[in-house]
Amino acid sequence: MSLAKRIEKALIDAARILPEPIHKRIEWARGEEERLDGKSAGSKASIAVLDAIVENLRVSGNEWIPMCQDTGMFDVFVDVGRSCPLSHAEIEEAILKGCEEGAKNGYFRPSVVEEPLFGRKNTKTNMPPIIWWNLVEGRNVEISILLKGFGSENTSATRMMNPTATEEQIVAAVAEVVTIAGGKPCPPIFLGIGLGGTMERAAYLSKRALLREVGVPHGEERYAKLEEKILAGVQATGVGSGGLGGRITALNVAIEHEPTHIAGLPMGVSINCWADRIAHILWEG
Amino acid sequence: MRTLHLPIGEEDLRSLRAFDTVSFSGTLYVGRDQVHQRLVRLLEEGKPLPVELAGQAIYYMGPSPPLPGMVMGSCGPTTSARMDPFTPQLLGKGLKVLIGKGPRSQAVQDALKKEKAVYVQAFGGCGALYAKTIVSVETVAFEDLGPEALLRLEVRDFPAIVAIDSHGGSVF
Repeated sequence: MSLAKRIEKALIDAARILPEPIHKRIEWARGEEERLDGKSAGSKASIAVLDAIVENLRVSGNEWIPMCQDTGMFDVFVDVGRSCPLSHAEIEEAILKGCEEGAKNGYFRPSVVEEPLFGRKNTKTNMPPIIWWNLVEGRNVEISILLKGFGSENTSATRMMNPTATEEQIVAAVAEVVTIAGGKPCPPIFLGIGLGGTMERAAYLSKRALLREVGVPHGEERYAKLEEKILAGVQATGVGSGGLGGRITALNVAIEHEPTHIAGLPMGVSINCWADRIAHILWEG
Repeated sequence: MRTLHLPIGEEDLRSLRAFDTVSFSGTLYVGRDQVHQRLVRLLEEGKPLPVELAGQAIYYMGPSPPLPGMVMGSCGPTTSARMDPFTPQLLGKGLKVLIGKGPRSQAVQDALKKEKAVYVQAFGGCGALYAKTIVSVETVAFEDLGPEALLRLEVRDFPAIVAIDSHGGSVF
């Protein structure tokens, strides 16, 4: 199968089926909601939301309907091996073709406009995708495509923290973003946090953090612990599933970090809805 | 779970309370960002609206294309807050049921109470589930908006939760 065809197929599947670790996390959220409360009006409403999500996933998988009408904007992350035999131009061509065919044959909603302010004319093809290139060791190409819904994207944020910020201040700043978001991003949410770099690099890192497999903690213990602290801080907001009040607001937190300037601590907070749809394609060179 | 007919009757509407789970059957309109902006622009220019809003329900939604053999594709709610700047004016024209997801502005909350209308939250992201509730669909106006056009739907067993009732009660 050509790379373009593999991308197309992965996108069509991603709009309809979530990976097993996410199903497990949704089940976990329902159990926790019952265990920690389950009686208040907000908690009961949260459980109703989680039950609707499970039923929705059953319908989308069985009847091949996209799980959400917002099939998102294609946010493409490409890791190209330095010794990869494919040229960037060949990879780009495959991505463009795969995205266009995936949107068409997957019955995706045309959700992209060609210009943001004047007229907002729909491109009708979901093109163009956003493509981020990254060089890595080896011969392979690894492509991850977020089907990025904008209910959640609109609530994502960057914060330029002080270089002296404490862990507690980081947790509080993320909890504030989640509280402002409330029910808008379709909680329970997935959180990607980018720390370091510059303003736009932190935002980019926060998206890359979303790409990590759900349930796999950060490789460094201190960051893995911070992920847990942020998750606890976000659950304490009481936003709940559907924003209706409840004990579980987030399903997962992942952090990526990079070097930064002595005067700053840029932070990106990317919020993704429970429908955490990512197409992964590994091309082996 | 309460089963209700749309357009909603006065008595049913007044009996709804925040956190009630409901199931709608009947007729509702679909409109989101651009439809709201256009309707309010028409009102401001003193021009007639393409639909009579009095007593009706509106659903904030933009569907994905239908698969072969289906009347509608995935069709869950979009974020209501983006409609907030336009909503009080539409409530003023007699709109009675708003369906979307997420919190509303204070101005919308006040207008809901004043106009005795309700805001109902559909299950966010559950577009496949809602596709199964659509009996028929008809484009009513603004066809040029594509997936954002003003539609009229017939629905059966459309599930939702009352978020803000007509007495000022709220889940938020």
